[in-house]
Amino acid sequence: MRKWVILLTLMSNTGLALAGDPSGIETLRHNPGLPVDYIWVLVCAFLVMFMQAGFAMLEAGFCRSKNVANLIAKNLIDYVLASLVFFVFGYALMVGNDWKGILGRSGWMMLGDAYDVGKYLQLFWMTVFCGTAATIVSGAVAERLKFGAYLLYTLIVSSLIYPICGHWIWGGGWLAKLPFGVGAVDFAGSGVVHALGGLVGLAGAYVLGPRYGKYRNGAPQAIPGHSLALAGLGVFILWFGWFGFNAGSTYTAQHLRISVIAVNTNLAAAAGGLSALLACLFKTRRWDVGLGLNGVISGLVAITAPCAWVEGWASVLIGAVAGVLMYQSVRWLEERGIDDPVGAVSVHGICGLWGILSVGIFADGTYGLYSCDPPFVKGLLYGGGFGQLISQSVYAVVLFIWALGTGLLMFKLMDRAFGIRVNPEVEIKGLDVSEHHISAYPEFSTKGIL
Amino acid sequence: MKKIEAIIRPERLEAVKEALKATPGYCGMSVTAIQGHGRQGGIVEQFRGREFKVEMLPKVKVEIVCSDEHLEGLVSTILSVAKTGEIGDGKIFIYEVLDALRIRTGERGKGAL
Repeated sequence: MRKWVILLTLMSNTGLALAGDPSGIETLRHNPGLPVDYIWVLVCAFLVMFMQAGFAMLEAGFCRSKNVANLIAKNLIDYVLASLVFFVFGYALMVGNDWKGILGRSGWMMLGDAYDVGKYLQLFWMTVFCGTAATIVSGAVAERLKFGAYLLYTLIVSSLIYPICGHWIWGGGWLAKLPFGVGAVDFAGSGVVHALGGLVGLAGAYVLGPRYGKYRNGAPQAIPGHSLALAGLGVFILWFGWFGFNAGSTYTAQHLRISVIAVNTNLAAAAGGLSALLACLFKTRRWDVGLGLNGVISGLVAITAPCAWVEGWASVLIGAVAGVLMYQSVRWLEERGIDDPVGAVSVHGICGLWGILSVGIFADGTYGLYSCDPPFVKGLLYGGGFGQLISQSVYAVVLFIWALGTGLLMFKLMDRAFGIRVNPEVEIKGLDVSEHHISAYPEFSTKGIL
Repeated sequence: MKKIEAIIRPERLEAVKEALKATPGYCGMSVTAIQGHGRQGGIVEQFRGREFKVEMLPKVKVEIVCSDEHLEGLVSTILSVAKTGEIGDGKIFIYEVLDALRIRTGERGKGAL
């Protein structure tokens, strides 16, 4: 909440909300220092948008070639719809005038006073984050979800599930106002973006059931992806885009803390990749490229909440723990019948929750709430007591219930209404030819053994 | 006329091709990428922590049609060049060919080879 108050105050002479300034002239006059902030936020937002390419490539690479066109279609439609739906409803619900700490109620379709350069900046920033949350699910439900069901899911997540939760933590809602520590905090969204996406993905994977051939006599079978090159490309794109995701969340270029955030981001990614590789090496005696790639993303997801509030060494630790947590949870989920083709639940859901909690442990009191002024965020290891950790724990529990609960409700209702899983014949032939009447690689024979 | 169907290791294809070009009676070949196994066991691979067995191994099928008098020469060329001595070297099968035609001219019989 406080970052929006600061921005509005910066933009206004009197400290009162400004009537909409669509040309930006008034806004600039009141604060000539804004251009660098606008450029910073916009360039970072462009990087976050590019993460859509990262997710698309990662998922395409980890799935079979007969489903690639469908995966690209899903990744296309989730950003397309998130952009439009968030513009119409989502933004208002997320940051509009607060109602009882639960949701916002103003700014629908950016009309009226919302037609303002500052609000449009905020809309754009939040849209790319909404798009990120929405696209996480496509990996968990890959290779067997009907395209229409995915379309409907995107509408619901971008207009309701994400913005309402976003309001609670970032839009001035009740989680940010918890009376422990400084209230629940999440710098760039380990929780509201990643854990939310991962847990809705879990709901989807659970309702759908495992892919045909994934389990034989109850034992999980490997279904190898068709291109580790694409997967690797995807991960590097995500790593790059994440610098925008995290460092841009200061929402201003004037906080030199952005350098610390960038370093923390990189360290956690690296530590996550290494720890996942080593954890798998220890267990299987092989250097597992796929899990190494997943490990990098796990580290990035985990550091997303604490990145502005912790020191470098803590980032290494947070990332390393994330890599191991991800590896353990991949096996745990798979052995319990949850088929998650790309590991989205483990990487985003589990590590997102870890990220939320890590703030309460490692926050070192050198940065505030999107501000260089107090109150600073301080965790257990730095004399902040248990307060912050309590807020973070409440946030984690609430997020878990909200995301998994609304996800299960949504997918179960859809399944009851029209069945969300494709027919077995469609699944075996591949969704490309069946759902889209095109093969992703028409010149290459896409024969698999399955 | 006879047809030679040789299933060989992909990495031996280049050498076999060069050796055949120098062998009398060679008039061309068709090559197909295939998967298969005989006595050679599969290999174990791993994707995201989960092992899986790959029983079908990549091989190359070389098909050559020749006249009867050149058969043994071509077969022994393939045999000597495609061999590595390890299990998985492959097999050669020989079939009787009833007739052959050149599409461009309509020639039939040995002259079509």
